[in-house]
Amino acid sequence: MKVGLFIPCYVDQFYPKVGIATFELLQKLGCDVDFPMKQTCCGQPMANSGYQHLTKGCDANFITNFADFDYIVCPSGSCVMHVKEHLHSDTNEEEATRLRANVYELTEFITDILKVKSIEGDFPFKVGMHQSCHGQRGLKLSQMSELNAPFFSKPEQLLHNIKGLALVSLTRKDECCGFGGTFCVTEEAISVKMGQDRIKDHEKYQVDYITGGDMSCLMHLEGILRRQNSPIKIIHIAEILNSI
Amino acid sequence: MKNNISHSEAAEIFNKDVERVNWHDETLWFVREKRDRSAHQIPEWELLRETASQIKLNVLSNIHDYLVEFEANAQKNGIIVHWAANAEEHNVIVHSILEKHNVKQMVKSKSMLTEECHLNDYLTERGIDVIDSDLGERIVQLRKEPPSHIVLPAIHLKKEDVSETFYEHLGTEKGNIDPQYLTESARHHLRDIFLTRKAALTGVNFAVAETGEFVVCTNEGNADMGAHLADVHIACMGFEKLIPQRKHLGVFLRLLARSATGQPITTFSSHFKKPREGKEIHIVIVDNGRSVQLGREDFRNSLKCIRCGACMNTCPVYRRSGGHSYHNAVAGPIGSILAPNLDMKKNADLPFASTLCGSCTNVCPVKIDIHDQLYKWRQVLVQEGYTPKVKTIAMKTMATVLANPMVFDIAGKTGRFAMKNLSGLVNNKLNKWYDQREMPEVPEESFREWYKKNGKATKRKNDE
Repeated sequence: MKVGLFIPCYVDQFYPKVGIATFELLQKLGCDVDFPMKQTCCGQPMANSGYQHLTKGCDANFITNFADFDYIVCPSGSCVMHVKEHLHSDTNEEEATRLRANVYELTEFITDILKVKSIEGDFPFKVGMHQSCHGQRGLKLSQMSELNAPFFSKPEQLLHNIKGLALVSLTRKDECCGFGGTFCVTEEAISVKMGQDRIKDHEKYQVDYITGGDMSCLMHLEGILRRQNSPIKIIHIAEILNSI
Repeated sequence: MKNNISHSEAAEIFNKDVERVNWHDETLWFVREKRDRSAHQIPEWELLRETASQIKLNVLSNIHDYLVEFEANAQKNGIIVHWAANAEEHNVIVHSILEKHNVKQMVKSKSMLTEECHLNDYLTERGIDVIDSDLGERIVQLRKEPPSHIVLPAIHLKKEDVSETFYEHLGTEKGNIDPQYLTESARHHLRDIFLTRKAALTGVNFAVAETGEFVVCTNEGNADMGAHLADVHIACMGFEKLIPQRKHLGVFLRLLARSATGQPITTFSSHFKKPREGKEIHIVIVDNGRSVQLGREDFRNSLKCIRCGACMNTCPVYRRSGGHSYHNAVAGPIGSILAPNLDMKKNADLPFASTLCGSCTNVCPVKIDIHDQLYKWRQVLVQEGYTPKVKTIAMKTMATVLANPMVFDIAGKTGRFAMKNLSGLVNNKLNKWYDQREMPEVPEESFREWYKKNGKATKRKNDE
């Protein structure tokens, strides 16, 4: 199984350790992983700002980079959702359609395609899980509090066997953190307030770490935590799953 | 209604009072949780939502036939039916009915449609005294403010604010914030109004095509008090309020109150079918942009809305920005997809006042794809030229950089170098991120630089 590693642009630039953890983890799980060097960005920042018509270049570049793979895996629900819903091609729509169907967020790929039920690891800390909206509601990685339906959570299922990890149950299980792409600067006041409130929920349970599947939300929360000189740290779920 | 500042500016002002924002957020979240408990008690909840959505879809697809059927049946019942193409026509019709009966004072129950049409101002300018009888509406009316929420019009106010308002306008004791006392005072004040008004205006929650009747839902009984005591009852409705048959009411009445406030049903669900002897019932059926929205394929689903307000209560942005920041009669997520239809220029900011978290879509009792419509409105508004030029230039630059791997590589390296060595370029007042957040720490190398060096080696090690 040839897996193309899709690393979001800002993760590439600012959080290489998340890319490394994802790469190593997928290898440990037996995948033949490659990182196509000429990938850039999925185009979501433009699309969510109303400029989807400017994403053709990104789309074309994405298709060129990932055409050779059976699966595309990415440690970000948000970028995956954008590709799944909006990747198109004027010249090769067939290939675009195939890629849309074969792009996966990391934890859903591990549980749904690799059929791995749990992962061994060692992370002796109290952890709060921030459910990022695009992964949760967009890709349905876990049940949503608004719906009348049984509980499930792909990322939480994978955290179960990590030694020493104590996952806390938050008061507002799936409240948005307020990152929202360009929202974080165009609606700065609300964005920051939402982030601060999200952090308070984790503080209430005295977590050591906040984890999640989307580095963008975590980057926003990290920015606020550091400004507050908080001892709480952030860590991407790939880093926990790759802890041994 | 104020519209000289954008949503983000209004929200920034609203956020200066942290205690109030927290209170607003927690109060609405309390209602959202009540809604969850109430909805989750019904095993067939998701089926009910789907059923309601399908019924409304049927209505929207056959709106002409249902409207004609409703009109014929209502007329058979002795109700006088009026048609209004826009807000102005609606206001003229209401005014002409009042003039015909020589009415100078009117009592109103809550109707967001009349807010949309700015009826109160229209009538007041023509010498008619209009009193809103819903408690929340009355409070904001005394303060000369529009409602900030379609179900909870004064939710942005605390009891201290209400006490102050009542002291000023109703002569209550200064500083008395006892809710019981304040409610009692409002009750006495409104009772006098109900007894002396000859005309009453109500909204409409559901109009039944099959029978020509309509249903008004309130928790305070104020619509009934007004309508039953008056000689003339005027009911105003957007044309999308129709449902085909009486049996469908069961679906919507079960969904409405649970979604709105977590109650099993509203305290009063009053059915109006025909006027009593010597009295009149008028219905004003309003378009005001609805047929345009019906014609927009991507947005027609928004007309399924039954005005429960659940999307506002769940919206993390609404909870922290307050209803007035949306500068539109209907605020929150649903308002943000209805408002651009009414006026794209004036409301171009609203579809951007969202993180697209999708919670609104999940709570919507009629399954409107609200967050998808917000995304689609953004595309339309950009295409129609309603975005700031600076943003367009920035987006075009970004698109060029991101479409070209080599430029992206150089831009990334340059950016990281600047952040590390010339932090003043980034960490300043022009950077909205930096105002209340630290920038990410710059790593030694990007992932692709690491991969170039270690990728193959790691793979080999793993294969061994």
